[in-house]
Amino acid sequence: MSVPAPTSQSISARTWRRFLRHRLAVGSLTVIVLLILLSVAAPLIEKWLTVDAFTADLYQRLQGSSFAHPLGTDEIGRDHLARLLYGGRVSLFVGLVAALFSAIIGTVIGILAGYFGGRLDTLLMRATDSVISLPLLPLLIVLAAIDLQKLGVPPEIANSEDGSLYRIIFIVSLVGWTTVARLVRAETLSIKRREFVRAAVAIGARTERILLTHILPNVVSPIIVATTLSIGNIILFESVLSFLGLGIQSPAASWGNMLSNAQDLIWTTPELATWPGLLIFVTVIAFNFLGDGLQDALDPRGDD
Amino acid sequence: MIRFLGRRLFEALTVLVLMSFAIYSLIGLMPGDPIDLMINADPKLTPDDAARLKALYGLDRPIVDRYLNWLLDALIGNFGYSRVYTKPVMEVLIPRLGNTVILLGVSLVISLSIAIPIGAYTALKPYSRIDYSVNLFCFAGISLPPFWLALLLILCFAVVLDWLPAGGMLTVGDGSALDRLKYMILPVLTLTIHSVGGFTRFMRASMLQTLRQDYVRTARAKGLSETRVVTAHALQNALIPLVTVVALSFGGLFSGALITETMFGWRGMGKTIFEAIMGNDFNLALVGLLLATGFTLLGNFIADICYVWLDPRVSFGQERDP
Repeated sequence: MSVPAPTSQSISARTWRRFLRHRLAVGSLTVIVLLILLSVAAPLIEKWLTVDAFTADLYQRLQGSSFAHPLGTDEIGRDHLARLLYGGRVSLFVGLVAALFSAIIGTVIGILAGYFGGRLDTLLMRATDSVISLPLLPLLIVLAAIDLQKLGVPPEIANSEDGSLYRIIFIVSLVGWTTVARLVRAETLSIKRREFVRAAVAIGARTERILLTHILPNVVSPIIVATTLSIGNIILFESVLSFLGLGIQSPAASWGNMLSNAQDLIWTTPELATWPGLLIFVTVIAFNFLGDGLQDALDPRGDD
Repeated sequence: MIRFLGRRLFEALTVLVLMSFAIYSLIGLMPGDPIDLMINADPKLTPDDAARLKALYGLDRPIVDRYLNWLLDALIGNFGYSRVYTKPVMEVLIPRLGNTVILLGVSLVISLSIAIPIGAYTALKPYSRIDYSVNLFCFAGISLPPFWLALLLILCFAVVLDWLPAGGMLTVGDGSALDRLKYMILPVLTLTIHSVGGFTRFMRASMLQTLRQDYVRTARAKGLSETRVVTAHALQNALIPLVTVVALSFGGLFSGALITETMFGWRGMGKTIFEAIMGNDFNLALVGLLLATGFTLLGNFIADICYVWLDPRVSFGQERDP
């Protein structure tokens, strides 16, 4: 940029300016906001187009694109566009909420391992490495297939639609935390040697206080970056499980389970398989670009 | 060094035992245990009969008891029978393990032979136009849902162009090497696109870091040709951390293989495990999962050995915080 930066600029303004320079990330943020707005507005759009995302209409099955159904209808005559919007609700909700839980788990593990070091660090980091290196998908499939009633969960909760939503959030949170944990640990290792932390130790501050008021605020950037990057992965895991018939169950729509219905029709109506996959791809890549852009913008060593 | 590797081996075995207990307990929680299936199949079975059968097979005992019993049997090589295939599970699994190893091995080799040169090349020209385009492709590969990619490839090459088969492993009555190769192309392509982006990005980062090292500057300062600096000094050292990343990716690759095999009807471990879980073939699912875990851990262990062998600076995990 040609205009020299004023020296008395706040950190947030500097970060924002560096973020805006990252065109892909800005574009991605726009796409994500748009997708969130569209899926939040799904019932309104459904009403406005006078279509129905959930009621079967067998006289209208597998229609092509038309004025009444902009993207056609699926194999039992439900409007494809409306289902895509409802599917976006599920995928984005699962992605964001599970990423939040993952971030909490990862931050706790990362800070404890980094700050206390020694045996605890070895144990936690070996556990993290194991989670990263294990074949997770078959394990998640087993977790998604277990019968919650055998664990004493009442059947009305275990078999409800919300039940399958919360279960999938729980399952993907179990595996989404590893990136956060590693990055937070690395940052904590370097911050705990800084003078302000040593000073706090020297004046006898309690450990909880040091962790919460001195370490935590300083590891926020890696948490934000790693969480954004893991949202993409989490959405992929959700869509895979729903695709295999283990996540969000029909009639509720999710991009993954829409693809699983479309798979059998790929020879006759390939367009049904195009849109849900494209939306998963666009959402995941947008979160990945956003995370990459945030990483550059929040890097204190980066240039202006 | 022996101590370091010994400890790693101990850790891997601990993980394997913990995993086997976790999987054993979880599988017991899946709907429809063998007795439930019998009850469903035979309406004349009374609850008393069911209880008697459970006692007969030891299914009423605490989970830890049952697990220890299973573990003792497994340790002497008795892994039990598959319900669906009515054969010892190992007889079912071993040929399928071979199929998966072929699929994963070929795609890993292709993936790395693309990722290493391209990653290293983009690190030499950071922030150039080609660097940006490669980065874009890497992100696209990482973000593509593998099952959708498989669907698109089937749609493109099997439905529209009709060049390649949509699934399976060989044409009945043919089965020549060329025929088998044709069936491998799409699954291998799916797995390669799925994994090449991550490896390329890592290779670029590793190479960038190496190029900043003092020994690279020294090599330049003493007047070596740029080619020699890059290949002999930088590239070799940048490859060392890639070993760890490849090892850590085995689990993810196996997850990818599960999807790919299921989509293309490739009779490998992933597909077998998935079908065993869905079809209540508990024993096959349990042993299959453990075998997959065991191989992943073995891969990590071999990577640890390679790491020690490649990099004399490795301090065998004795780092202490000051």
